Amino acid sequence: MKKSIIVEDLTKKFGDFTAVDSISFEVYQGEIFGFLGANGAGKTTAIRMLTGLSKPSSGKAMVAGYDVITQREKVKKHIGYMSQKFSLYEDLTVRENIVLYGGIYGLKNKMIKLKSEQMLEELQLKEVSKTLVHSLPLGWKQKLAFSVAVMHEPDIVFLDEPTGGVDPITRRQFWEMIYQAANQGVTVFVTTHYMDEAEYCNRVSIMVDGYIAALDSPGSMKASFNVKSMNDVFLQLVRPEKTAS
Amino acid sequence: MDASKSIVIKQLSKSYDKHVLALDQVGFEVEKGELFGLIGPDGAGKTSLIRILCSLLKPDSGMATLEGWDVVKDYRKIRSNIGYMPGRFSLYQDLSVEENLRFFATIFGTSIQSNYDLIKDIYIQIEPFKKRKAGKLSGGMKQKLALSCALIHRPKVLLLDEPTTGVDAVSRQEFWEMLKQLKEKGITILVSTPYMDEASMCERVALIDNGKILDIASPQQIIDKFDKHLLAVKSEKTYQLINDLRQFENTHSAFPFGEFVHLASKQAIAENDLTEYLQKRGHKDVIIHTIGADIEDCFMDLMTLDR
Repeated sequence: MKKSIIVEDLTKKFGDFTAVDSISFEVYQGEIFGFLGANGAGKTTAIRMLTGLSKPSSGKAMVAGYDVITQREKVKKHIGYMSQKFSLYEDLTVRENIVLYGGIYGLKNKMIKLKSEQMLEELQLKEVSKTLVHSLPLGWKQKLAFSVAVMHEPDIVFLDEPTGGVDPITRRQFWEMIYQAANQGVTVFVTTHYMDEAEYCNRVSIMVDGYIAALDSPGSMKASFNVKSMNDVFLQLVRPEKTAS
Repeated sequence: MDASKSIVIKQLSKSYDKHVLALDQVGFEVEKGELFGLIGPDGAGKTSLIRILCSLLKPDSGMATLEGWDVVKDYRKIRSNIGYMPGRFSLYQDLSVEENLRFFATIFGTSIQSNYDLIKDIYIQIEPFKKRKAGKLSGGMKQKLALSCALIHRPKVLLLDEPTTGVDAVSRQEFWEMLKQLKEKGITILVSTPYMDEASMCERVALIDNGKILDIASPQQIIDKFDKHLLAVKSEKTYQLINDLRQFENTHSAFPFGEFVHLASKQAIAENDLTEYLQKRGHKDVIIHTIGADIEDCFMDLMTLDR
């Protein structure tokens, strides 16, 4: 199977503090890969290195076939990214956001037009295409942000807590969009605090204090920890002293 | 007025810019010493309601009282008798842990010493870092400091606006354990959260969506009211399974829940019929079992009815 992400001994130090401590893993093309961990475990630092935003202290990583240290700009061109905190411009309209991102990703005008119509149709946002993003419900925003993040047909899309605070129905509709993208061969790299969403991933890794404490399919992970849910796996790994009894 | 009630809310409405109805005739009561959850997604109206309750926002119509005080007329009384923890980090980033706590104690006219017993269990966990600036604390520690500061004047009512949002599963569980201990000390606690699974930590909950209360009851009562049949279904192709289940004739709704898909139907579905249907559509290793609803199933069902 083709590999979308190859990480070897990737490390990031800030002064004396090692935020990411020699992590290694691989992600296959079309895979939904869950990247979990407690607050402060090093997830965000790792994602910043994989997306070419932060330079590793040591180790290496290939993303979409490009080196995150020597080919940072190539990496950025071949990935999509969305986060809970920022993904769209609030004071631009729905259509303006699509056109702006299409331009940033270097799509031709004709293509941007075609894609805009397609996206507005699929997301049922035609009637609000001239509405400022600011006044859309959060769930719509997040669905639009995801579509924008994959409009240049990247090999990989990084999703950083895409569903935080989203209502339970929209949260599931969002995951159906993820499934659909993965079915079409896009690799999905996703972080979440919802442990039920960990179960939707093909494989998950769990980071603790800068290193990867476990990496497997949710089913195998539950079996090896002999627990019923990913929540219990998470608790055992992150706070072993509390769950030992 | 019924003196046993800590919070009374009647027909409360609030709109912004004339168009956005944030709260639509909301009404409920919270008992003294109750741990009450306000559960709903972003944009449901949770923050507007809490800000009205702590007198920071005026309602357009309706009324609310806390411990008998009106949130508009008696705002001074309200402010000195409640503890409020807003959604965003509310402390002074460049004061130390200890300085923040002392500051809040002083403006409420009290001292750390006189109420230390109330916050001891929480504060002791961050005391080793008392000289550190609040801005340099980890997320979990900030949360503990903010809770200590909200409690330092021994409030009768504690209003917490999404204290666990963006917090990992372990820290969320620890936070709820702290709230249960505070409840034992007789404080009324109203806490909002977008995480449906946290409903089970509350004695009663109000489910809120689009500015309207969908239901108010104990988590168990809400689950008991769920009037559909529910099956948990699994096959090795989840995405296709969801689509195929939606086309099954008796299906009311089909949504992924972890490794299973929950299939809700108005009439009971025979497991054999469903297995046969799925096998015809190429699914292997089909697992089906009957399950009870959880709060999230109920919320989604009520939400669909309301919208």
